[in-house]
Amino acid sequence: MRPFKFTTTNSVASASTLALQNKQAKFLAGGTNLIDLMKEDVEHPDELIDISQLSPGIKMQAGGLWLGASAKNTETANHPLVRQHFPLLSQAILAGASAQIRNMASNGGNLLQRTRCTYFYDVAMPCNKREPGSGCGALDGINRMHAIFGWSNQCVAVYPSDMAVALLALNAKIHTDKRTIAIADFHRLPGEHPEIENLLQPGEVITGIELPNNAFAAHSAYVKVRDRHSYAFALVSVAAGLQLQGTLANFKAAAELALKDARPLKHNAFKIELGKRTIVAALEQALNA
Amino acid sequence: MDKDLTPLTDEEKRLFGDLMPDELEEIIQTGLNRRHFMKLIGLASAGLLAGHLLGAERAFARGVALGEIDELPAIAIENGVNVSFKVNANPTQVMVDSRMTLLDTLRERLGLTGSKKGCDHGQCGACTVIVDGQRVLSCLTLAATCQNKNILTIEGLAKGNELNPMQEAFLKHDGFQCGFCTPGQICSAVALMKEAKEGQLSYASRNVRKTAAPIILSDDEIAERMSGNICRCGAYANIVAAIKDAQTGQSVEPNWEYIA
Repeated sequence: MRPFKFTTTNSVASASTLALQNKQAKFLAGGTNLIDLMKEDVEHPDELIDISQLSPGIKMQAGGLWLGASAKNTETANHPLVRQHFPLLSQAILAGASAQIRNMASNGGNLLQRTRCTYFYDVAMPCNKREPGSGCGALDGINRMHAIFGWSNQCVAVYPSDMAVALLALNAKIHTDKRTIAIADFHRLPGEHPEIENLLQPGEVITGIELPNNAFAAHSAYVKVRDRHSYAFALVSVAAGLQLQGTLANFKAAAELALKDARPLKHNAFKIELGKRTIVAALEQALNA
Repeated sequence: MDKDLTPLTDEEKRLFGDLMPDELEEIIQTGLNRRHFMKLIGLASAGLLAGHLLGAERAFARGVALGEIDELPAIAIENGVNVSFKVNANPTQVMVDSRMTLLDTLRERLGLTGSKKGCDHGQCGACTVIVDGQRVLSCLTLAATCQNKNILTIEGLAKGNELNPMQEAFLKHDGFQCGFCTPGQICSAVALMKEAKEGQLSYASRNVRKTAAPIILSDDEIAERMSGNICRCGAYANIVAAIKDAQTGQSVEPNWEYIA
């Protein structure tokens, strides 16, 4: 790992100022992804600004629930208010990583984790996300784990967070020290600039996640399909929430519609059928919850 | 590191008296050192510990005096950070390079080599330690972030000669083969007992919305909740049996039998 300065601070405002003063600095929260990437020399900040204690807490507020950016994934998944009102989020968080990692990982950091594309991790390989203009190793490489939606010729990597899939289904809003961003807008598709992954500007700090009240709590399910039973990234995952109004929905038609625009790569066409079946399974599980 | 001067048990005295008589007095006076430990490993690999299994198990679980660990001069450390924390209840202060992980600090600076470096990338769990009551990966934790924290490692689980119930259970059920993942497995399992008591959820849990209440862990729950600890030897069935035994106090008999 390359040398870096370790900086602590006691407010979001000063963390933001410090980051604006040094463009090579990065914020450190749980560190479960960033420290690993620094060991691999994928990330090489010359300063880490510790923000891990700055935005704690989970609380009910007008219109929904507030999850502090510094609150840990374990704390969030087990919080009585989350369990009661947003069980889908609990399930999604618990589907990710391991108990040890969830104890370390923060809610804000979870949103900002990087892809686990092996070409991104291997600094000997081309990767437009890691090194813009170097090419995409996965486009014509081993791409079984990669995207069937939203990819471009510059990047076919997938975004790895389970938590974010549930947040999208729950219409969450991401609060920063500057503004509020809908989760659906927060992450960018790769397009011509896969190195830009979200809307955050330099120095901008995530302070919390807002979950608007909804009627899904009684009928929701997070279903994740992966190569091994636990502690692996998803091949396909589905966050399903149902609001029942009496008529019987056609789950198969919903699944067909959801996968309508899928564009498989050489090795991952299986994900289309797998995706449809997982959607039906998740909807049935939610219905019978 | 302080030498482990916990008095020898009768079984250990018999072991060292029979097999290393010349060293017995020294071990009683100054504790087990690395030379004694290597000799013990030699005896074990030659199959000579058969009559002393109980004593040997205790002896292997002991801390070994490594000699003085030199404090590095501050000038040798780039981006030094002064950190104070408690390790196994001992107040500790150490100046570390900002890059230093908690795992490397424990192993290379504090002589606590029980926590193991498996993958060093957060994929295997061999480095698991308990920080402020929660299991975490020490390979992905910067020592610099551990100011004022309480760190519990495998070396801190036993009280003198009295093993932690989870350590006892792993011995009883043979919850290991090569033993490399074992410190991480045991630390993880010890923290899991607290999580189960608090009614924390896992992906295997049903009834997420139900109010948290203590959980008696099923095989499936243990497998899911321990999935962050990989065992390359595949001792999983015995690890699950050990954890069930430690949680319920009821011995779980193997569910297989030899057929001639």
